[in-house]
Amino acid sequence: MEPRMEKDNRSTVRLGTLCLGLVLLIASLALAVAAGAVHISISDLYQAVTAPGKTENYRIIYTLRMPRAICAGLTGANLALSGCILQGILRNPLADPGIIGISAGAGLAAMALMLIAPSLTALVPFAAFVGAIFAAAVVFFLAWERGVNPLRLVLAGVAVAAFFGGGMTALSVFFSDKIQGTVSWMAGGFAGSSWQHVRMILPYSVLGIVGTLCYYRKLNALQLGDDVAKTLGVHTERTRGLLVALAALLAASAVSVAGLLGFVGLIIPHVMRLVVGSDFEALLPCSALFGAILVVIADVAARTLFSPVEVPVGIFMSFIGAPFFLYLLKRRMRHS
Amino acid sequence: MSSIATQNLRLQYGERIIAENLNLIFDKSEIVSIIGPNGSGKSTLLKSLAKLLVPTGGAVYLDGKDLQNISMDNVARIISVLPQSAQAPGDMTVRDLVTYGRMPYQKMFSKLNDEDIKAIDMALKSTDMVKLQNNRMGNLSGGERQRAWLSMALAKEPQILLLDEPTTYLDIHHQLDLMELVVHLYKTMHIIVIMVMHDLNHAARYSHRLVAVKNGTVVADGSVAEVFRQDVLEPLYEIRAVVTTVKEGNYEYLACFPYAAV
Repeated sequence: MEPRMEKDNRSTVRLGTLCLGLVLLIASLALAVAAGAVHISISDLYQAVTAPGKTENYRIIYTLRMPRAICAGLTGANLALSGCILQGILRNPLADPGIIGISAGAGLAAMALMLIAPSLTALVPFAAFVGAIFAAAVVFFLAWERGVNPLRLVLAGVAVAAFFGGGMTALSVFFSDKIQGTVSWMAGGFAGSSWQHVRMILPYSVLGIVGTLCYYRKLNALQLGDDVAKTLGVHTERTRGLLVALAALLAASAVSVAGLLGFVGLIIPHVMRLVVGSDFEALLPCSALFGAILVVIADVAARTLFSPVEVPVGIFMSFIGAPFFLYLLKRRMRHS
Repeated sequence: MSSIATQNLRLQYGERIIAENLNLIFDKSEIVSIIGPNGSGKSTLLKSLAKLLVPTGGAVYLDGKDLQNISMDNVARIISVLPQSAQAPGDMTVRDLVTYGRMPYQKMFSKLNDEDIKAIDMALKSTDMVKLQNNRMGNLSGGERQRAWLSMALAKEPQILLLDEPTTYLDIHHQLDLMELVVHLYKTMHIIVIMVMHDLNHAARYSHRLVAVKNGTVVADGSVAEVFRQDVLEPLYEIRAVVTTVKEGNYEYLACFPYAAV
């Protein structure tokens, strides 16, 4: 038999995707600053960057649109990475911080802090992280059966998400007088994102992103199954625990700024896997980039499509994400 | 030359005791097959030798040291395992998979050095996977896939190679192919090969030593001639069988024909 030699063209695809991602990210950020009720031209934008404070539009660009675009970008990158990690360590394509209940845990903790101790807003991401870890622990405990059973994981996630969602509704009933400030946050969106939010999410994002990128090799090894990973010298339990913590940290920092923004962590890693393959060395950075692009553009669309009404971007994402989730579920059922 | 031995080894899954009082020594380059009925604890024993399972009693000693006290990396450099039905992402190339074999030698960010690349090329060459090295795992046949995994196990440059039913899911041609390859590796690398085998005739044909395990204890351990006998195999599998010698040209092979279950 003639051996079927294949060519290895992946490095070209990967590099191309990364470069395209960078270009698209810059373009989408520029679009996010330019588009809106007050139109801002490219030259205005250029002036605002080169000569701060001298133009009329500077205030709009600097205090409203730039922090909002940055928040959207970081949120998208964090959610995509979080989903990427979860899909990798659970070997389950349906894993996503929203679906397995981590986001809901983070959301409840963040909301409780916002309502009960509004003066401690800076601690919101930390509270969200604690909530996310707690939710992850509960879900894993429920889904454990000699390893994580994929279907049980999704079911446990749905139950936990519903439970914490109920908690959030209860909070909004008991604190109905203070709820105003958190309504748009709950729907999932970036209305009112300021530099304060950027400062709040940035350290956690950097920690999460750098930490994740450091672990790509171990993620790759875990893809081969626990036994193989162990025989390659990986401490699987310890590594998996640490990666879950990173996924929770990333999801929690996203939730503290954007509320419950679902499906980014599901869609992006999937699509990127189709494009660049399952090697996390390429998958992680590409997912982060395109996650950022998706959320920045979705936020622009949410802001401008139905203007003057602003649709929360979370609703927007749900309309794209839910059908995609059903598609994956159906395909998986057919395979197994 | 490395050696691996078990002393009063007890293995459990939760409360259930799988194997007890295992005392085995593997201290010279040879091919050993572990045989025995399903559920006898063969694969569990193999797992414990690879530090994939923590013993609840006794110990496994690698070069005289308790395996549990040796770091994962150091174990990984000496012992290679080909697990049963291991799965890789379909889009991973053979060479990528083999490259993972170098993980125990790498620091967190270090790139592959010349030594790594040499080991990878050697592993690909010795398993005849050079031409297929850029192929995706998902596009390989069962036999090729098994060779790719074996290649990965070899890239670690192990001194002990553990194979868990390496020929399962392969057709007869590829079964023989793989066994020939294992013998070839043993001859060129002077390693200890310990494999769990289902096919008795393959075990007899390709090993030097057989270890028969039943209900979690070793019932026979010795050369093929000592173990591959009617009075050992019949009670081991609870069967009636004939053990004979098949002559083919200048070679003689031991063969077992089971004809009834007891």
